[in-house]
Amino acid sequence: MARVDVKKTYKLYIGGKFPRSESGRSYEVYAARKGEFLANAAQGSRKDARDAVTAARAAQPAWAGATAYNRGQVLYRVAEVMEARRPQLVQEVRDAEGLTAAAAEAVVSQAIDRWVWYAGWSDKYVQILGGLNPVAGPYFNISASEPTGVVAVLAPQESSLLGLVSVIAPVIVSGNAVVVVTSADRPLPAITLAECLATSDVPGGVVNIITGKASEIAPWLASHRDVNAIDLAGAAGADGVDWGALEEASAENLKRVLRPAGTGADAVEPDWTATPDLSRLTAFLETKTVWHPKGR
Amino acid sequence: MSITQTADPALDATSRARDLLGVSRLTNQALTRWLHGLPGVDQVGCEARAAGLGTRSIKTTSKAWAIDLAISMIDLTTLEGADTRGRVRGLAAKALLPDPSDPSTPRPAALCVYGDMVGIAREALGADSGVKVAAVATAFPSGRASMAVKLADTKDAVRAGADEIDMVIDRGAFLSGDYLTVFNQIAQVKEVCGDARLKVIMETGELVTYDNVRRASWLSMLAGGDFIKTSTGKIQPAATLPVTLIMLEAVRDWRDLTGEQVGVKPAGGIRTSKDAIKFLVTVNEIAGEDWLDNHWFRFGASSLLNDLLLQRQRMTTGAYSGASYIADDSPSTAY
Repeated sequence: MARVDVKKTYKLYIGGKFPRSESGRSYEVYAARKGEFLANAAQGSRKDARDAVTAARAAQPAWAGATAYNRGQVLYRVAEVMEARRPQLVQEVRDAEGLTAAAAEAVVSQAIDRWVWYAGWSDKYVQILGGLNPVAGPYFNISASEPTGVVAVLAPQESSLLGLVSVIAPVIVSGNAVVVVTSADRPLPAITLAECLATSDVPGGVVNIITGKASEIAPWLASHRDVNAIDLAGAAGADGVDWGALEEASAENLKRVLRPAGTGADAVEPDWTATPDLSRLTAFLETKTVWHPKGR
Repeated sequence: MSITQTADPALDATSRARDLLGVSRLTNQALTRWLHGLPGVDQVGCEARAAGLGTRSIKTTSKAWAIDLAISMIDLTTLEGADTRGRVRGLAAKALLPDPSDPSTPRPAALCVYGDMVGIAREALGADSGVKVAAVATAFPSGRASMAVKLADTKDAVRAGADEIDMVIDRGAFLSGDYLTVFNQIAQVKEVCGDARLKVIMETGELVTYDNVRRASWLSMLAGGDFIKTSTGKIQPAATLPVTLIMLEAVRDWRDLTGEQVGVKPAGGIRTSKDAIKFLVTVNEIAGEDWLDNHWFRFGASSLLNDLLLQRQRMTTGAYSGASYIADDSPSTAY
């Protein structure tokens, strides 16, 4: 007798759990090249986004309070788990992006390496970005970086894994918590990444992943007063995303906004294969400066 | 009602109980027969009914109305060993102006504190704020003290200016079937309350069965309680929807029987607006609209107010709000 297929249910990742969308909705995901049906993904709603922000807010202080060394180790562990799931990631990236097997292998390798690269920065960026400021008085004047808090990220629409890793890792390495809205058409690698995160000591709530349409969810994240920053990377090429409105809504509580290159409809996704710099990491930091009296 | 008014409310309660029970002498046996004659609670049916009422979807203008009503029904509570004058004053300030960004926000019904903090709360709230002061008394939360101590505790709080007294019943006596003791204690506390309204805490989490919740409700009303309250908040489970449903049935049936209306106060464990709205739906469906008023229904809660304020801000501004936009009700204990 033929065995019945056990199909995977792709759900959201909120607060360390994998719930279905509060809205009960799902949508069909198709492969990029031949358009065959891949899976049903949960279609996240504004209330899922709200729950994710609540979970992120609750998790953020403890994550920021962990030592930099510990955060680095936890992130490195994610790379290890991704390596163990390589075949699955390769297949999903192939399906999602229509790549050849060799190209998909290369993308997954680069995604894992990207994760390791950011993990290594955890106990180093503060020395690079902060330091002792020269002041005209008998004081030490010291600047140090701190995480900005809860960051909303619109993940890239095209690059389903490398792009995704490239926007999540720099946000959380410094102690932020993140709420990610995945690529609408290519959400499956993101949920597999969520499973890697769930099994690798990243505290629940530090990364929350919502599959669905950026045009539906982004306005609520942009106007959410408990979100400290928003990365609009995935607004490039997303259907129906109104840039002006997102930036205007973000201004309401002085959110930090990171935009992709180009403006408005001409926005383009960055080349994720290029060697990164610290700009995505520094975009979500605050600088605390302390004056301390200096003895002789 | 055919009750002769006497100077002594305790006797009043006893004589009324005799009338209601149709006995010439109020004995434990008579009370037991009466309480155990109440219909049993269908546990599965009750839980299914509560779950069903919890699925109602309340949206837009109804939700806005429900949120404001729920805020006005809160007994803003702090009952910690670590309570300070500063904390009570901070909570009073929050009761007077729950949301500084929106003065149209209604005030909660009362501030609920330990007896020694009544004076502080009274002073901080002022005389004409409309926010009442409720005090827990009678050796809250265990109730394990002599009757003299319980009465002194109550008198002390009333003298300090409490508008409402939250007493605990002797669960040990109740569970061992000594209903008359529970009755007498409630009646005596009611007597020393004077004009203060008496809320009777049954601590349903310790009563084990729904039948006991129903019996304790009727016993508390019979003894003269103005409110029946689920819990101290110190025991889990605290205020669940099925337990509150049974109590609402009891006050409804009590009014049909005697013509007197008694309030209900679920306390403990109600933290979200969604939960609060489920309770309001249940109040409306079980007891009726007459109870949708803070004179007859209260929420004993500390963190619920914050969630209601967040929801209210979301509805007035159109954007989700966060804890940074809510006044801190646990200020530093330094002042």
